[in-house]
Amino acid sequence: MTMSLPKKIGLYSLLIVTSFIVFFPVIYALMISFMTGPEIMQGRFFPQSIQFENYSKVFERLPLLKYLLNSFIVSAGVMLGQLIVCSLAAYAFVFLPFRGSNFVFYLFISTMMIPWEATMIPNFFIIQKLDWLNTYQGLTFPFFALAFGTFLLRQHFKTIPVELHEAARIAGISRFAFFRRVILPISKTSLVTLGAYGFLTTWNMYLWPLLITTNDSVRTVQIGLKQLQSQETATEWGVVMAGVIVVIIPTLLLLFLGQKQLQKGLSQGALK
Amino acid sequence: MKKVELVDISKSYNKTDNVISNINVTIEPGEFFVLVGPSGCGKSTMLRMIAGLEEITGGTLKIGETVANHLPPNKRELSMVFQNYALYPHLTVEQNIAFGLDVKKIKKDVQIKRVADAAEMLGLTDYLKRKPRELSGGQRQRVALARAIVSEAPICLMDEPLSNLDAKLRAQMRSELRRIQRELNMTMIYVTHDQVEAMTMGDRIMILHKGEIQQVGKPIDIYNYPANPFVATFVGSPAMNLANAKVNPKTNELIIEEKFSLALTSEDCLAFENRLLTIGIRPEHLQIAKEETAPKNKVDVKVTNVEVLGNETVFSFQIGQKEWSVKWSGQWQIKIGDIIPLEIDFDALCVFDGETERLIKKPSNVGSYTLQDEVRL
Repeated sequence: MTMSLPKKIGLYSLLIVTSFIVFFPVIYALMISFMTGPEIMQGRFFPQSIQFENYSKVFERLPLLKYLLNSFIVSAGVMLGQLIVCSLAAYAFVFLPFRGSNFVFYLFISTMMIPWEATMIPNFFIIQKLDWLNTYQGLTFPFFALAFGTFLLRQHFKTIPVELHEAARIAGISRFAFFRRVILPISKTSLVTLGAYGFLTTWNMYLWPLLITTNDSVRTVQIGLKQLQSQETATEWGVVMAGVIVVIIPTLLLLFLGQKQLQKGLSQGALK
Repeated sequence: MKKVELVDISKSYNKTDNVISNINVTIEPGEFFVLVGPSGCGKSTMLRMIAGLEEITGGTLKIGETVANHLPPNKRELSMVFQNYALYPHLTVEQNIAFGLDVKKIKKDVQIKRVADAAEMLGLTDYLKRKPRELSGGQRQRVALARAIVSEAPICLMDEPLSNLDAKLRAQMRSELRRIQRELNMTMIYVTHDQVEAMTMGDRIMILHKGEIQQVGKPIDIYNYPANPFVATFVGSPAMNLANAKVNPKTNELIIEEKFSLALTSEDCLAFENRLLTIGIRPEHLQIAKEETAPKNKVDVKVTNVEVLGNETVFSFQIGQKEWSVKWSGQWQIKIGDIIPLEIDFDALCVFDGETERLIKKPSNVGSYTLQDEVRL
């Protein structure tokens, strides 16, 4: 696209300003994480010198690596669970015609309107009865059946020509083999999108892990951050921000990697 | 090779109206059988019922000697080629062709050989490592065909496989398909809406309209002796000219749209008397009037449209409410508005009953020649 120079300058400065506004909290957190206590109080933006003291303090005060690992296990678990459950459900809605399938689907979708918080208490009781408090199952299972994910994948599966399914039936390929060998590879794009979405939302989840965990064994990073904040009367913001930076690094990494995959998937999606 | 037998097959989606009814036909082993009809006539539904992709509401479907009504598609030993080819976009040509072979528990080396043979036969050898999106329409068509071939199923079903190709490629693929079918001796059931494909490819063709069989037979018989006016207009291009007619018993004449008149023998006259008639004549059978033509049987028509195609000339004129066309070979210098004297050969005429729409008189002069008669050695 060709653009006149002034227009280009205008556009880019607008982009820079807006991206700065969007990124300001993250940048400020990064800056604070390098500052000492008094410096933060002075309300500076740039640290005088770059100190890594806060980072070592974070790791001293919290089993942060353990928390990171927990978070990773829980997020990956939820992601995989969601991908499996949602893709199978979407497959059933698209490729297995049964009486009332539309009704069931809309019923399923309508659960999107019920806020998660409303079902939290019953979920908690179930997990408690199962004796799953402080376990990975307790942290992951309630999130497997995701209406949004099923919807997303169903929409994508619907774009797959039905003749592919018919051709597979004539060739004698079983339903599951068709699902695994045709549907999943074709839908890579949507699966990556859903996977990234599931991973990130779980990574950022706060309330449920707070309820379910009572000790350090399976606690996730978000709880850890909260712990940092309230451990002492005067919160050491430098340390908290160092923790924040450590916690968001995996998220950003995933975003960058996922984006690349996503773009690849999109360009590959030119069917027919 | 297997035969496919349809006995009283019907299909209904809502249990009250049949979209297909009374289908009785036997497709012989090794036959190239074409189902043809306008869109919405039920031809694809019929094919899908044979394939097992649609349930059969009534009647019996036999494949070989077994009743196949409730067999799952893969147990029917057939292959199918779809209109949009149904290639798996994420697999290479090679994988696409071999897809489904490992389910049949065929050894790897046999698979490779079969794929190579099919690719060779269809000229795909250089493209085996490509993805379908890197191929042209004609090549994708060939891949779909190769997939049907490697399964070595005795019956092959095709659902408008050529309709996404351009005219030139279509003509080429027509003869290629025919060649492959003969070489492999498959029983082919082929659905198309294109009557040229039906005429050129089929050993026998079946014409469907509104879910009912109109006529089954050899292409040339259907062309010459259409069973009813629908078939008459569906097959042939330009379509057969149709008109209402009745007999004038006083003068022993057939009056066509109150314009033409044709002398009849008294037997014919008796046979057609007191009936509503529809007559039909192929555009190429309308002749220019000669000097010896009786003035009564001659009619002057005014040309309303002319198409000169190089090897033939098609022009049309108005007769009563209908527009008729005439096709003569060669290049005729005709202008719109010209008056041309024509005559109708009664022997070239199809006569249909106006009410039952059945053919009651076959044309005896259809312009067919045999080599022995024409060439004197």
